[in-house]
Amino acid sequence: MKELAVNPVPKGEIRGHFDLFDFLARYGTVIALVLLLCFNLAFTRNFATLQTLNVNLTQVCTIVIVAVGMTLVIGTGGIDLSVGSLMAISGALAPMIFMSKIVPIDNIALAVTIAIVVPVLVAGMFGLFNGWLIARFRVQPIVATLVLFIAGRGIAQVITNGNLQVFKVPEFQWIGFGRPFGIPAQVLIMAVVVLLAWWALRRTVFGRDVLAIGGNEKASTLAGIAVGRVKLAVYAISGLCAGLAGLVVIAINSASDANLVGLGMELDAIAAVAVGGTLLSGGKATIIGTLLGALTIQLVRYTLLANGVPDAAALVVKAAIIVGAVWLQQQNRVR
Amino acid sequence: MADDLLLSMQGIDKKFGGIPAVSSASLSIERGEVHALIGQNGAGKSTLIKVLTGYYKRDAGQVLFDGKPFEVTSPQQAQKSGISTIYQEINLVPLRSVTENICLGREQRRMGFLDWTAMHAEAERLLHRFKIDIDVRKPLGRLNTATQQMVAIARAIGFSAKLVIMDEPTSSLDEQEVSVLFGVIRQLKADGVSVVFVSHKLDELYEVCDRVTIMRDGRTVRSANMNEIKKLELVSSMLGRDVSRAEGHATAFAKRDRSKIGEVMFKANGLSAKPSVRDVSVDLRRGEIVGLAGLLGAGRTETARLIFAVDAPDGGEMELQNRPYRPRRPADAINAGLGFCTEDRKIEGIVADMTVAENIMLALLSRVSPHGVFDPAKQHELATNFIAKLGIKCSGPNQKVRELSGGNQQKVLLARWLAMNPKLLILDEPTRGIDVGAKGEIQRLIKSLADEGLGVLMISSELEEIVEGADRIFVLREGTLVAELQGDTATEDAVLAAMAHGTSPRTVEARV
Repeated sequence: MKELAVNPVPKGEIRGHFDLFDFLARYGTVIALVLLLCFNLAFTRNFATLQTLNVNLTQVCTIVIVAVGMTLVIGTGGIDLSVGSLMAISGALAPMIFMSKIVPIDNIALAVTIAIVVPVLVAGMFGLFNGWLIARFRVQPIVATLVLFIAGRGIAQVITNGNLQVFKVPEFQWIGFGRPFGIPAQVLIMAVVVLLAWWALRRTVFGRDVLAIGGNEKASTLAGIAVGRVKLAVYAISGLCAGLAGLVVIAINSASDANLVGLGMELDAIAAVAVGGTLLSGGKATIIGTLLGALTIQLVRYTLLANGVPDAAALVVKAAIIVGAVWLQQQNRVR
Repeated sequence: MADDLLLSMQGIDKKFGGIPAVSSASLSIERGEVHALIGQNGAGKSTLIKVLTGYYKRDAGQVLFDGKPFEVTSPQQAQKSGISTIYQEINLVPLRSVTENICLGREQRRMGFLDWTAMHAEAERLLHRFKIDIDVRKPLGRLNTATQQMVAIARAIGFSAKLVIMDEPTSSLDEQEVSVLFGVIRQLKADGVSVVFVSHKLDELYEVCDRVTIMRDGRTVRSANMNEIKKLELVSSMLGRDVSRAEGHATAFAKRDRSKIGEVMFKANGLSAKPSVRDVSVDLRRGEIVGLAGLLGAGRTETARLIFAVDAPDGGEMELQNRPYRPRRPADAINAGLGFCTEDRKIEGIVADMTVAENIMLALLSRVSPHGVFDPAKQHELATNFIAKLGIKCSGPNQKVRELSGGNQQKVLLARWLAMNPKLLILDEPTRGIDVGAKGEIQRLIKSLADEGLGVLMISSELEEIVEGADRIFVLREGTLVAELQGDTATEDAVLAAMAHGTSPRTVEARV
């Protein structure tokens, strides 16, 4: 093109030529995933089976659902530490509703519907509270969401009196065990969440605003973007995602323990986002990257376990992957 | 003669990924001279300087400093060898004391503890050299900007510099601060220190420089004594062509046809946000370019921010097209038909990681997207139109804005507002830090927009731009309006006098 010829050379950097760091930062996650798959195909027994796929997908589902909300939050330059606690809250509420502990509901279909909708909405409300602190009072996101990180699990324990809730309600547990078209229901839920967020980020004004705010909040305000409202929305969405993930977890476990549901989830989600290539400083976010990031972390863990490495050691490897991914991003940034 | 030479760079080559950024460039600096290095954006000035300071490794060429071959691999090493660099921004810590800032990274210790007595003494001694007399125990942030800048310069120069490189040091200073800076440069010169001075402001070069080297397309095309080269020659050497239109007028604003100016469309009465803006009243007509002049800190930008509702006023009223105008946030101002190109492109203007198209569409997108879903094809088309209309040099709508030059980034911002089809556009320093060619283009663009009926409120620190560009000039001083000038009274001298001394009785009479 003619315009290319007159394109001024930016100070000290010239694009268009192969740049190893840029390439790795862009495709590193995919490459890692492919390498892991090849390794497993060669060395792990019974790897290429539908069952292995299902095991890995179901284990990664909740992380991906939470990480999608987290991706939007991080896209605005924020962070949400409260997701694990919000999972515990929604996980505590749902059984109380379908086991008629709050108000007796005879119709099981209605009870289950309410038990799904209400806890998710409640978690969304708590997310809205996070956003309110951040948008209205300009509290730093890490501090604002620390409030519910600490208090949220307490709230869940108070609701349940600290009791373990055990249940067997197939209608509800469909979201954990159902297999429409042979695909686990939770994988479908994950797919819907991922697709919705992917579309929103690429094709909606909201998605564009998220990235604009993360990229330059002052410029966004001056361009008339309702920065406060967008922030309220991303934290509310993050809350909704966490609420949904909480339900999936308790459905699989047939039990809800406010002490354990979603424990450490905030860090797993942030890790998936970071490994996926979303800038932790905001302004650039990729939902597909987050999905791949979560899959990579999960597959590493699976690979190590399947080859007899203990879970504790797997944690160290997971940490190493995160360090590596963030380092790559840094390299790309500095240049 | 060779003894007088402090620095000699010969045949310097530097390529990035095969593309030359600097090729066979040479630069020689004598002891105790102030040497201007000029060129358009992308001409290779920064690269040449970074090669010198060891930030980049040169591909070919020879550097002699102080008579010896000069090989450094980092700016820190260069500093130790006697080459200090001062950048545009002040990179200091406002909450810490002056001493801590000056001694940052080279703290003196005694038996493992910080030796404050020695450090305070050293800071005082250093500042004394530049005739700055302040309490070094005070937090830096309590000093005014000019003094902070001086502290930054003092810190960078230290005691051992033989060569000081100043990369556009004046771009964020007002005229008073600039004169203080020039005082420092002359002091350095008197001490036998050489200065390399990079600037886009040609007048400054004549004021303070002895010699000049002009760069174009990575080459050093000409070196000359400052008093032997005319401004027009400087410009034509930088551009590599004869610029006939630069003759007569220094800016691209020719005299405008005043008959195209229509009725009053915007009024502000007694606008205040104390202490920076006090009782400022301005008005603006359709198709008129109104200049807002004043020194840095006179309240120009602050006034603009009140009009665009970035900040809230504590008094005053505004009217837009004879209707009360009370915006509460920028979005309201935009809805009313205003646009605001801010002074600081990087901090308040562009979203650097986004593409040209995304930046152009930033304000418009929500208005052309039914139900919040936008059409990428439409965005691409709109952006392509503006790229062509404004002559934005980029590889296409999908290039990242951070990769564009300053002038093209500014055009992207202009496009963002023009896309909104505004009635009133506020331009804060529309040509700051932009090379000569792009500057002329932007000035012509502003003029043609006004010809089409757009009201323009232009803030500029460049006297020529205000005097030649504006149909009417309001001069602010320390937050208050001191003069309104137009026609024959709007001369550089009159504006300068109003900026410097405030009220002259005649202009006030003219206003009342």
